[in-house]
Amino acid sequence: MPLDQAFVGRLYPPTAPYEVGREKIREFAEAIGDDNPLYFDPEAAQALGYPDVIAPPTFPIVITMRAAAQILTDPDLGLDYSKVVHGEQSFRYSRPVQAGDVLQVSVSVEGIRAAAGNDLLTTRAEVTTVDGEHVVTALSTIVARGTAGE
Amino acid sequence: MSVTLSDVQVGTELPAQSFDIQRVSMIRYAGASGDFNTIHWSESFAKSVGLPNVIAHGMLTMAVAVRVVTDWLGDPGAVIDYGVRFTRPVVVPEDSGAALEVGGKVRSVDAENGTAVVDLIASVNGETVLAKARVTVRLANA
Repeated sequence: MPLDQAFVGRLYPPTAPYEVGREKIREFAEAIGDDNPLYFDPEAAQALGYPDVIAPPTFPIVITMRAAAQILTDPDLGLDYSKVVHGEQSFRYSRPVQAGDVLQVSVSVEGIRAAAGNDLLTTRAEVTTVDGEHVVTALSTIVARGTAGE
Repeated sequence: MSVTLSDVQVGTELPAQSFDIQRVSMIRYAGASGDFNTIHWSESFAKSVGLPNVIAHGMLTMAVAVRVVTDWLGDPGAVIDYGVRFTRPVVVPEDSGAALEVGGKVRSVDAENGTAVVDLIASVNGETVLAKARVTVRLANA
């Protein structure tokens, strides 16, 4: 069944604040096998002008994916999550995420379309500090395989 | 170590790298990222939905591929935009894992704004796994 077009433009309330910790950044960097000192060593980060260690470029997915679950699991949307694969992902940064940030995410439905029998859903996640400073915008397109024609 | 605007021009190639992705990489990534989608850890489930085997998280591939840029720059905070399209799943057999080959080439340079755009080429077994993989970076004037 095609996804409900009425969802396009729908904005969800901001998520609860997420505090970015040094050890979480370390864990994430180790998981992707990246030993860049800026992820581990506050002094290395400070030498380049950052207040604390910074996070790898794709780290924001940790919080944006959780925020987008509000949309993807909404029963009214009609998404069959078992058929979903990741189609596209982008990040536009005002600055890197850094340890000590307290972030919140506002997600919205950017677009819904059907192509080749698949449903494509694009979500937008605006990541800001709790004080309202923009940090990164993430756009995520997921593909529900073979659902559009059913 | 730091790369400046004067070091780059259209066509400048970044040092290519090969990254080893094993099952344990995906287990670690699942834990660190919170993405426990069954398709990344259950071989029987992956096969039941028509895949040859479990596949790596697209976001793990994306995270690893950009290292060609961040290792080149030194400062990952100089990345101001990064986007990819996932074109083919990275299948990760238990015995061999997968070798992700990544290269990068400067697509454009904006001297006025101090930025450059790098195209990434990422493949496994000679097959492209990312398309439109593009990284915009901020570069200092020399």
